[in-house]
Amino acid sequence: MAVVEYKDVSRIYPGSEIPAVNTLNLTVASGELLVLVGPSGSGKSTALRMLAGLEPANEGSIHIDGADVTDFEPQQRDIAMVFQNYALYPQMTVAGNMGFALKQRKVPKAEREAKVLEAARILDLEPYLDRKPKNLSGGQRQRVAMGRAIVREPKVFLMDEPLSNLDAKLRVQTRAELADLQARLGVTTVYVTHDQVEAMTMGHRVAVLKDGFLQQVDAPKELYHRPANRFVAGFIGSPAMNLIPTDRIDGKVTFGSFQVPLDAQTEKALASQPGVAFTVGIRPEHLQLVTSGIPGEVKLLEELGSESYIHVQVQHEDRDQILVVRTDGDATVSRGSTVNVGFNGPVHLFGEDGLRIE
Amino acid sequence: MADFAKPKGKGRFTSLAFTSLTWLLAGIFFFPIFWMFISGFKSELDANGAPKLFFEPTLEQYRIVTETPPGQLGFWEATTNSFIIVIVSTLIVMMLAVPTAYALTIRPVGKWMEYLFFFISTKFLPIVASILPIYILAKHFDLLSSRRLLIILYMSMNLPLAIWMLRSFFQEVPRELIEAAEIDGANLRSQMVSVILPIVAPGLAATALLCFIFAWNEYFLAVQLNTTGGETVPIWASSVVDERGQFLAKLSAASTLATLPVIVAGWVAQKRMIRGLAMGAIK
Repeated sequence: MAVVEYKDVSRIYPGSEIPAVNTLNLTVASGELLVLVGPSGSGKSTALRMLAGLEPANEGSIHIDGADVTDFEPQQRDIAMVFQNYALYPQMTVAGNMGFALKQRKVPKAEREAKVLEAARILDLEPYLDRKPKNLSGGQRQRVAMGRAIVREPKVFLMDEPLSNLDAKLRVQTRAELADLQARLGVTTVYVTHDQVEAMTMGHRVAVLKDGFLQQVDAPKELYHRPANRFVAGFIGSPAMNLIPTDRIDGKVTFGSFQVPLDAQTEKALASQPGVAFTVGIRPEHLQLVTSGIPGEVKLLEELGSESYIHVQVQHEDRDQILVVRTDGDATVSRGSTVNVGFNGPVHLFGEDGLRIE
Repeated sequence: MADFAKPKGKGRFTSLAFTSLTWLLAGIFFFPIFWMFISGFKSELDANGAPKLFFEPTLEQYRIVTETPPGQLGFWEATTNSFIIVIVSTLIVMMLAVPTAYALTIRPVGKWMEYLFFFISTKFLPIVASILPIYILAKHFDLLSSRRLLIILYMSMNLPLAIWMLRSFFQEVPRELIEAAEIDGANLRSQMVSVILPIVAPGLAATALLCFIFAWNEYFLAVQLNTTGGETVPIWASSVVDERGQFLAKLSAASTLATLPVIVAGWVAQKRMIRGLAMGAIK
């Protein structure tokens, strides 16, 4: 059980001007599973590698359990890491891989074997202890990598996209197992992924990064319902939130001839905004097909069985705008038909600087 | 799927043609060695007469060449010299090349590129051009006609090559494996012994084999700098030839003996190399 803290941490790679991670301030609570999510180049892996000690921090400090570990070698940090490609030692057996860290710490053989066996039992790896990594399936290798981390009983688990090499079905299954295992062991975990679904389903809290900057860190639900800025709004959620650039006219945000329904609080905040250009954000499930609304043409229909995504092209401020509408599985429209779209839920409003207005 | 397994028509013909060509080329390369091998078991009369495949084999030539004529270089002495010089120089090369390759790849030192080119630049000078200074230096340090001199020279000759070869093998070691070892608490020695070296083992075997072969076969330096005391097998093999003619069978026997250690070393290293490659590193 340990608290992890990033304090004003920056990393500038040699030969680069722009920091890969820019003054990151983040605290991971003891026993928490925090997910770092962002598109590629957002600095999420760099942030993780700095915590591991594989990458130096140019500025700021990193603390594990109150101790400043910024200048510690990876060996001294008492952390375990699961790599994207698992990084299993090819010449060692599964047992050898899992026991390697204990061997380095001069743990007596009997104790080592007991711990490896215990971890193997948790991960259903007992029959494979004598096999080499090359004789294992992708899923089994992933579990060995997990096993190598848990026998250590480290202060912190670091996971760098540990599921991205698995096929889709196995990934979903392993995702649940991993979250369950983490909850049972109660070890503080920092988990990196580019997959927002993984982030939302696994994270106790999710930290969204972009271009080295922390955008928002919150519980998944909060992130979904109250995105702090336009980027988070578009990044979290699938299908993505409809983001419509729009101008304020006569103190009202309108969509065609429709006034966008804002709640009282947002209305009030809007009044004190100096700008003219705004972005209206609305999730696909908060739009619906109505008999009289914003008219548009169905451009694409994605039917998933349980639900359908209808891409409707509408006219807005003299340009085409696609709105994605999420409905139940029985969509009765077809491509090319004309429909009317209406609002059916909360609307998010973002200012010129991209920040949420409320 | 069966269509892919059995090439038909043109594809089949091409495949057959390539197979035949491969065998033909292999035959052309192998034939002189084969001829040398069987000639060693011939009498001088058979060996120097019209070429024949069937003859009465004899070990006579082997007996003659391994006998030491008084006052001359014998087979056993030359072999002992060669083994000591080749093995010691190869061991030193490997001991120096492994840390150097590590410092040029896994944790690259500053200006590693310049170092790398410096190492290979030592091979630019033709050896003939440097023989006189080497001779003078060796004489000055009283190293002429000694095994030590050849050990030093063969080491310097093979070191750049070994560094370059090992560097390419070290580059193949996945970065994450070393990082995983670091996080697992392995110190440098442990990372090297438990993680890096087992992965590059096939490369170590290949490099050592090449150094072994080059040093074993080296003739020019050995003959220029050794009047007595440190003669190697190539010198012995050439000394078998005398001016009185009728020596083809004897020379074949001597050459076969001189080739044997290389073949054995190659065979041993090959087994290692295959086992190493079959280990299937990361994927």
